[in-house]
This record gives sequence, structure tokens and C-alpha cells, in this order.
Amino acid sequence: MAKMTLQELRALREQKRKEMKKRDLSDKTMQVVIGMGTCGIAAGAKDTLNAFIQELEEQQVSDVIVTQTGCMGLCYVEPTIEVIVPGMPNIIYGKVDPEVAKNIVRDHLMNKKMVSDHIFDRPAADIIDQGRK
Amino acid sequence: MALTNYILVCGGTGCESAKADQIYKNLLTAAQASGVGDTVQILKTGCFGFCEQGPIVKILPEDSFYVQVKPEDAEELIKEHIVKGREVKRLLYDKSESKKHARVEDIQFYQKQFRIVLRNCGFINPEDIDEYIAREGYVALERVLGDMSPDDVIQELKKSGLKGRGGAGFPTWLKWNFTKDVEDDEKYIVCNADEGDPGAYMDRSTLEGDPHSVLEAMTIAGYTVGAQMGYIYIRAEYPLAINRLKAAMQQARDYGLLGEDILGTDFSFDIEIRLGAGAFVCGEETALLASLEGNRGMPRPRPPFPAVKGLWNKPTVINNVETWANIPVIILKGGDWFAQIGTEDSKGTKVFALTGKIRNSGLVEVPMGTTLREIIYDIGGGIANDKEFKAVQTGGPSGGVITKEYLDTPIDYKHLQELGSMMGSGGMIVMDEDDCIVDVTKFYLGFTVDESCGKCSPCRVGGRTLYNMLDKITKGEGEIEDIDKMHQIGKAMKKASLCGLGQTAPNPILSTLRYFEKEYLAHIKEKKCPSGKCKELISYYILADKCIGCMACARKCPVAAITGERRKIHRIDQDICIKCGICYETCKFDAIYVG
Repeated sequence: MAKMTLQELRALREQKRKEMKKRDLSDKTMQVVIGMGTCGIAAGAKDTLNAFIQELEEQQVSDVIVTQTGCMGLCYVEPTIEVIVPGMPNIIYGKVDPEVAKNIVRDHLMNKKMVSDHIFDRPAADIIDQGRK
Repeated sequence: MALTNYILVCGGTGCESAKADQIYKNLLTAAQASGVGDTVQILKTGCFGFCEQGPIVKILPEDSFYVQVKPEDAEELIKEHIVKGREVKRLLYDKSESKKHARVEDIQFYQKQFRIVLRNCGFINPEDIDEYIAREGYVALERVLGDMSPDDVIQELKKSGLKGRGGAGFPTWLKWNFTKDVEDDEKYIVCNADEGDPGAYMDRSTLEGDPHSVLEAMTIAGYTVGAQMGYIYIRAEYPLAINRLKAAMQQARDYGLLGEDILGTDFSFDIEIRLGAGAFVCGEETALLASLEGNRGMPRPRPPFPAVKGLWNKPTVINNVETWANIPVIILKGGDWFAQIGTEDSKGTKVFALTGKIRNSGLVEVPMGTTLREIIYDIGGGIANDKEFKAVQTGGPSGGVITKEYLDTPIDYKHLQELGSMMGSGGMIVMDEDDCIVDVTKFYLGFTVDESCGKCSPCRVGGRTLYNMLDKITKGEGEIEDIDKMHQIGKAMKKASLCGLGQTAPNPILSTLRYFEKEYLAHIKEKKCPSGKCKELISYYILADKCIGCMACARKCPVAAITGERRKIHRIDQDICIKCGICYETCKFDAIYVG
């Protein structure tokens, strides 16, 4: 992309916001967001990531985006991930090893059931989202 | 039939013991009985923190947060909430009508956390600038370049009351203002990412999770003070943070958010990364600047302050990562908004790295003025393994300890200083009854002695002398005069050392002497270590009335110091014993005694 002016940046932001919203609302796209800070990676987040990709392939689930984010702050239960499925509350899972990752694919993503014992809470309300209408 | 509700029952150890398991079973039974078994999923979760209010039950998607739930409440929860869709008011934590927690006054949300610095960490993909932009990223820069004069920016910062988060707590607006007011055609912006305190990692996580927030803030500072070049000084031990920063900088350049004529204006600003070799002293600003210039990282006397004479003798704004990450939000939401959060003396939030003997270790961001008790018990879930809380060490090797009596002190710059500790970068290490205070203090002194650059003698000689005394004490060779001497040397170091490293190095000693003098005296007079940590002062014995002769300890002993036949009382040969403590951990009958 070429260098932007103020107006172009504003336009891009609007567009991206809509895209993110659309992603949340449409009944097609699910997301798995993996905490890939140094802490997560040290706790095995890379294995978790691979397990997700492998299991999604094996189960032939194709409408899931697997992406990464930074540390969520829940270092005692790394690796942590967030699962966003349209029509279900967003859920943060902790201590997600490859085995748990497979369960999440089968239960949460495919059967819309949550996986017990690994659900945690986002540590704080989102101030950015609150400021936005 | 599709699921419509999810009931989360907290399954942390705190709540387990308070009948969470029974609640879970009762909920299952009640759901079946009411015929909603197919539409509601009942789950056990990890610990939510907030264990004092446990057991906790949360119902999604309404996000209803029920506290102190009893097993007999299960039926009501199902019948009222799930079947009829009415919240059970008496069990709700927040009983107010409004479910909105957006206003600052409402942040006494059960989570107690409030994320400004970490607002994007764990939300966005740090390697994708578009996600940052979608979450109000670069709006602040846009506003500054479009509608604000440099003085407007300074005014906004002044209103916010933001103070430097690197340790000393100097008002940020004042620093910027000094640099802005100096006439010079070359000025610099520096980001101090040389995070070195043992146990602190908030800067690393911020850079890894939200690199653009720092880039945006530095660019705003460049515009405000009239600088065109910025440097991020980051330790080479943070490879992931470095890579993400590099990627972020490239994306920002591609978008025209860094480089020549930013966003079509005539303002140009660029940033480069400089790697530090991991010397702790380079976190001190003048030493950092020396290292940036290619010299040996050693501090120099101040004044002149870097704001006036910094990098290559040019006016330089130098702030720490966490300070930078606050700036875009202050511009975005306004200084007044920011100033509502926190206390009279300290505004905004602080990120702490909560580690040590704590159940839920992690990064927490709380409003200034939150008490230690809230951080440790409500967020941290209390002490691991149900041990007794002893003290918490804040401020790393420059800070001190805070004891049980002061758990309810609101945390801000002023109060921590009054207690003889300091905010520092925000490491918070929790100690329990098993930690020996002298031993911990020795660890910190050992760290500062290793990291002293050696330029000034109070730090170089004083630190070593203090360390040697602590070493003597932990070996049972301490003398009563040592306590006075440590006070004297410590005070002299505080006054005479050149930089913050030496000035604060004695803090761990002075602070522990203040609160735990008894423990020092036990080591010196009775030659005993009450926590059983100092090897020279303890011995392991087998209690004859408890030993059943199972041989478990004997098999585990790495030096074969334990003798005894099956079903007969064992014995430890004190001459061979290396005091590793494995027998103590192995014995299931509490038959090993430490004395």
C-alpha cells in the first residue's frame, strides 16, 4: 500500500472495523486466537497452534481462522487461547495443550459445546470497545 | 436442540473446597428436572480469581456473575435464570440495575483490573497493523497532527497527571516540556525497553502484544518536542519483541505512518532499534544513552538532565515502554478522563508482574490506589498451596518488602515510598512462610553487586561489603554489630552513589531490617534460620515417634546419608547430609524435622 494521508487512514479504519464486525456476525467464520507472547510460546503455544491446524485439517473444518495475539496476562494457565464462534459467547481457554486443542475443535468449533475445566476469564473489560458506538 | 445458555462453575481450588463440586452436580440435576438439560451446558472452569467471594457461578451469554453460591441455590438459578430468564438478584455480585461498566467510577468490577497499557494485548494480532488501526490505533497521531499544537499535547499530558512508569515517577509532561523549550535543530526520542528487574516482564509483553502503541506514542512525542529521530533501546534477550517491533515499523513505514511527511503532513519522523547487551545499569537513562552512543554503559552525574542534554548532547525525551503505551489513550480519551483513574498523587493504572508463591501468577493492570490485598487475593487468588503470606517484594532489586500489616495500603508512588519500597518497574514477588528473608535479600544484593558498573565507589565497594555481611549472616557467622554497620553503609550508599542503581541497591536490606529484624537476629544470635532455608544453619532429623520405616527417604537421598532397615526407625548421618531437603519433601508422615 502506498503512503496514506489522514483521510485515507480514516477510511481504512472504517473499512477494517466493519470487516472485524462482519467477522463476528456472519455465521461462517470462526476464529481461534492463540496467545503467542514469549510466555505462551515457552509454555508450548507452538505445539498448540500445530495441533489446531492439524486437527482442523483432519476434521475437514475449513471455516476457522487461526491467528495469534500477545500475552493475555494469564501466565499461570498458558498456553491461552480465545475461541470466537458466531452465536456463542467468546471464550478464553487456558492450559490448552495439543490434546485439549483437539477437544476444542471437536466440541466447541464443530458441536458448539464448550470444553469443561479449561475456561478462564478475560482479566478486564475492554476500554477500547466501550468508547465506540 | 441448540444450546442457549452456558453455566460456568468456578473450579479453582479455593471454590472446590467451598462446595463448587456439589453446586455443579445440583445444577445438572436441576437442569434435567426442569427440562432444560438440552439447552444449557454446565461447565467447570479454571479459577476466576476473586476466591474470597467464592464459589462463583457465571452464566453466559448474559454475563451474570453470581457470588457466594451455595449448593441449595442451584435449583433457583436454573428455574429463575435459565427457565424464566430472570437474574437471581440476591446472588449477583453487582446488584445495580445497570449492567454497563463503562464509566471509570464503575471499574470496581469484580475483575478489579483496568487495561489501558495492555488494552490490545491478547486482542489483536501484533503482526498486523490493520488490527491495531481497527481498534483506534493511530487515531491519536491523526488527531495530534491534524488538530493539536505541541502545546496542546503538553497540556493534555499535564492534565492527565501521567508520571514515568520506569521507576522514578517523574511527571511526563514536564520532561517533554523541557525538551520542547530547548532551541536546537536536533532532538531525539528514546524508548527505554531495557527491562532488567528480576521477575518483571510487562515491557516485553507490551512490545510483543502491541508494538504499534509505542511507535505511535514516540511519533507523537517527536511532533510535540520537535524531534525527527527516535531510538528503541531493547535488550537482545527479547528476540520476539524485537522481531515484532521490526515488523511493526516496516508496516508503519509502508503506510506512511513513519518516515518522511507522515500522513501527508510536512512532519517527518523515523525510529531505529538498538540492542542492549543485557547490562542492568543500562536501564538507567544516562547509562542507556551512553550505550546508545556506542560507549560503555555507565551513568553520568545529573544535571544536566537528558531532557536538555541527552543523546549526543542533544535534548532527548526518554521514557519507558509502559509510559509510552499510555500516551495514545491519553490523547484519545483526554487528560481529564485519565486523571479520574487512580489516586490524588498517582494517576492512571500500573501493570504488575505478579510472580512468586502466588496461585494465579500473571500480568495484571490495576488502577493506582488498588490495595495489595486486592491484587494478591482477589486477582492473584491468594498464596499457592495454602501457605501463609509473609511479604511481597516490589520494585525488584531497587525496592523493598511489604508485610502483612500493610496489605491494605493503596498502591501508588507515595505510599510505596513511605513503606520503604518503591514502584520500580512493577515486579511483584510474593513470598510465603518458607522464604527466608535474609536469603532473599542476599539474592537481590548479589544481583546489584553483579550488575554494578563499578564507576563510583559507594556502589562498587558498599554493595560488595553489604553482600559479604549478608553472606556471613546466612552462614551463621554474623555478629550483632553487623546490623548497625549495614544501616550505616546502606544510608551512605543511598546518599553518595552516582545513579539509581547504587542509590537503591541497599533498599532491600534497609527495608527487610525494618520489618524483619527478628529474623536477622535469629540468624545472628541463635544461629538459626526460622524458615529452614539457610543450609549452614539447619539440620534434618528423623522424629522417632513418626517414622514408620518405609525407606522412602533413604532411597531418595542422593548421598546415602540415611540408614535404617524396613519397619525400623531411620537415622540421618549429619556428617554426610548435604541438606538438600529431598527427604523432607519425600516423607509422607511428617517424620522429618528441620531445626
